Amino acid sequence: MNGILQILAIIGVGLRTLRERLGASLATVFGVAGVVAVFVGVLSIGEGFRAAMRPAGADDMAMVMRTGNDSEMMSGLSRESTEIVKQAPGVARAGASPVASAELFVVIDLPKRSTGTEANVPLRGVQPTALAVRGSGMRIVEGRMLAPGTNEVIVGRAASREFSGLDLGAVNRWGKSSWKVVGIFDAGGTVAETEIWADVAVLQPAYNRGSFFQSVRARLDSPASFARFKDALTTDPRLDVQVQRESDYLASQSTLLSQIINGLGSIIAILMGIGAVFGAINTMYSAVASRTREIATLRAIGFGRVPVVVSVLAESLLLAAFGGAVGAGLAYLAFNGYQAATINFQSFSQVAFAFAVTPSLLARGIFYALVMGLIGGLFPAIRAARLPIATALREL
Amino acid sequence: MKYLHLLFSNLRRRKARTIFTLLSIAVAFVLFSYLAAIRTAFAMGIEVAGSDRLLTINKVSIIMPLPIADMSKIAATPGVKEVTHASWFGAVYQDSSKGFQGVSQFPVVPEEYLRMYPEFKLPPEQLQAWLADRQGAIVGEKTAERFGWKIGDRIPLQAAWTQKNGSRTWEFNLRGIYTGDAKGVDTTQFLFRYDFFDEARARGQGNVGWYIMRVADPAQADKVANRVDALFENSAAETETSTEKAFMQSFAKQTGDIGAMITAILSAVFFTILLVAGNTMAQSVRERISELAVLKTLGFPNGLVMALVLGESCLIAILGGGLGLLLGSWLVSLGDPTGGALPIFYFPARQVALGAALVLLLGLLTGALPAVQALRLRIVDALRRV
Repeated sequence: MNGILQILAIIGVGLRTLRERLGASLATVFGVAGVVAVFVGVLSIGEGFRAAMRPAGADDMAMVMRTGNDSEMMSGLSRESTEIVKQAPGVARAGASPVASAELFVVIDLPKRSTGTEANVPLRGVQPTALAVRGSGMRIVEGRMLAPGTNEVIVGRAASREFSGLDLGAVNRWGKSSWKVVGIFDAGGTVAETEIWADVAVLQPAYNRGSFFQSVRARLDSPASFARFKDALTTDPRLDVQVQRESDYLASQSTLLSQIINGLGSIIAILMGIGAVFGAINTMYSAVASRTREIATLRAIGFGRVPVVVSVLAESLLLAAFGGAVGAGLAYLAFNGYQAATINFQSFSQVAFAFAVTPSLLARGIFYALVMGLIGGLFPAIRAARLPIATALREL
Repeated sequence: MKYLHLLFSNLRRRKARTIFTLLSIAVAFVLFSYLAAIRTAFAMGIEVAGSDRLLTINKVSIIMPLPIADMSKIAATPGVKEVTHASWFGAVYQDSSKGFQGVSQFPVVPEEYLRMYPEFKLPPEQLQAWLADRQGAIVGEKTAERFGWKIGDRIPLQAAWTQKNGSRTWEFNLRGIYTGDAKGVDTTQFLFRYDFFDEARARGQGNVGWYIMRVADPAQADKVANRVDALFENSAAETETSTEKAFMQSFAKQTGDIGAMITAILSAVFFTILLVAGNTMAQSVRERISELAVLKTLGFPNGLVMALVLGESCLIAILGGGLGLLLGSWLVSLGDPTGGALPIFYFPARQVALGAALVLLLGLLTGALPAVQALRLRIVDALRRV
């Protein structure tokens, strides 16, 4: 009990004299805040990207493509195969017809609005059921769905925002044909919003694909039907296909970019953390140095070593926590919802997404700040406890 | 030189502070090394892009093919010295989850391609072996190392292309391992023979992915590009020709905000750490202002006192920065922190020089203010201060 009172008393003294060490203390707060802001900021890129690759309803949507391909752009399925896939057990039905869409996935070069430079924009050929397959995750927000058999396209909200020529009503010449934008769709900020959709039957001849498709997307009548659906297709001797949940496919498509962002993010965070710890140690050493006489006086009038150690640590933790909170707040204000677009090397096409500063990221940022404060305060705290009282009292 | 001892004893005064200041500066320059390597990685080889090479792709998108018949027309275009082609293969090695990430695989015409990219160095006997084997392939040393491949290995790849026999497993014999003649050269490519590829594939015969040409005069590159595109205007496959550099730049720009964000963040961090460290250095001089006054009293001239102050800050900057740059280049040479996702990852010499210049600048700037104070110092005032 006495120990706790002593600790509180010393912390009180330390905090009241904090103002005299304001400059150095602010430098620590500033340093830690910077580290946490960057740490949270960089990781929010990865979080945002992952969120974009996790659309609602993707668990009960199956994605079928040829075996051995790791992305749909490389896949190839004949019309017969796609028909067999659609009739498989487990596919949801609207009336008599299966809720499934055979699709083609290509990229076209369109200039980015921000820089004017060309970017690979995904162009997906779909069948009329495509919207129903996506379920609640996607809806037309402006204009209307494209009419089958025409050169009409609908574009995702993000695609319309990021790339030139994708405004509602615009007519674009891509390759040999002209395409009119008749609708804009929303996919909850997920990857599909970067896509342009056209009628697959019109796209096939325009891209010399004959009657070939690349994938079939099917809505399952329940998430549990996936195993049945998959078994039926993989054991069918007429087919050479692999079956995945849409969510798993998208997760596999994001590994490379996540790897880059997380790899670079952790290097940055670790190095910055080390830098900030050095800064914090310096600050706390000078804090201890400037309080030498004060600490020695406390020891002389009967305060123990432990309360001294704890009080220095507490001060350092407090500064770090404050810095961490400021940094996390700054990161939230600066990065949350920030719209960005980059190329996903795996699908060879652009993905637009919003940075996401999640509560768990904020918590990790503040935790990281506390670790920095703890390490930064430890050595100076030990030095403070070891001060020989007699000489310390004499010190200027 | 005789004052060096004095400088070092000043540094030893508060050992802990000196060490941690040195280390923060070192960390900042390790970050700087990574920053340079990351920027190079996102620029995707622009540094080594040949200014006399042009690339012709299908105007719609690079994923659309061009007919092989275009080649003779391009070769006959005035200003074009030589031309070759490559195609996209897009195969995976072993299981797709492990991926063949960052490894470009192209069917090419061996001699033409190696002539077009003289920065790829292949021993002559390996080239002969490749020319003698239709199923032969060569690979860059980085990829060979990554997968532990040796010459003579048989390498099965799962491709997007179906062979005439219905199989999509393509087997190659490794006949050579090429190296780069400079650091920025991409030594991850997997190259095999177009004649074998075109004959074996089930569909798409007579098409190539893109053309690469060398122009006689780089100053005329734009004109030649326009001439080539004019050849195929209104044909079934219109083309878009640009210099290799412009092509890579526009592709690198596709990473858009991510590359820019990461470099912006790293730069901010770098300067923040330097700011904090610089502040500590300046403060340590301010604390000793009365000592400087003593030196002056002893008869040290103003200039010398100022030089001592500047020398001290430069010494710290050079020790810390030098340590950081050394450590940084070593860490960067260990490979990229993403586990092979970035094919080009190194610390370019020009950036090392820039780093060294920044080290000096840091020393001068942090020392400047205290140095001027020291210069203007009136002994009486300073000695009166506690």
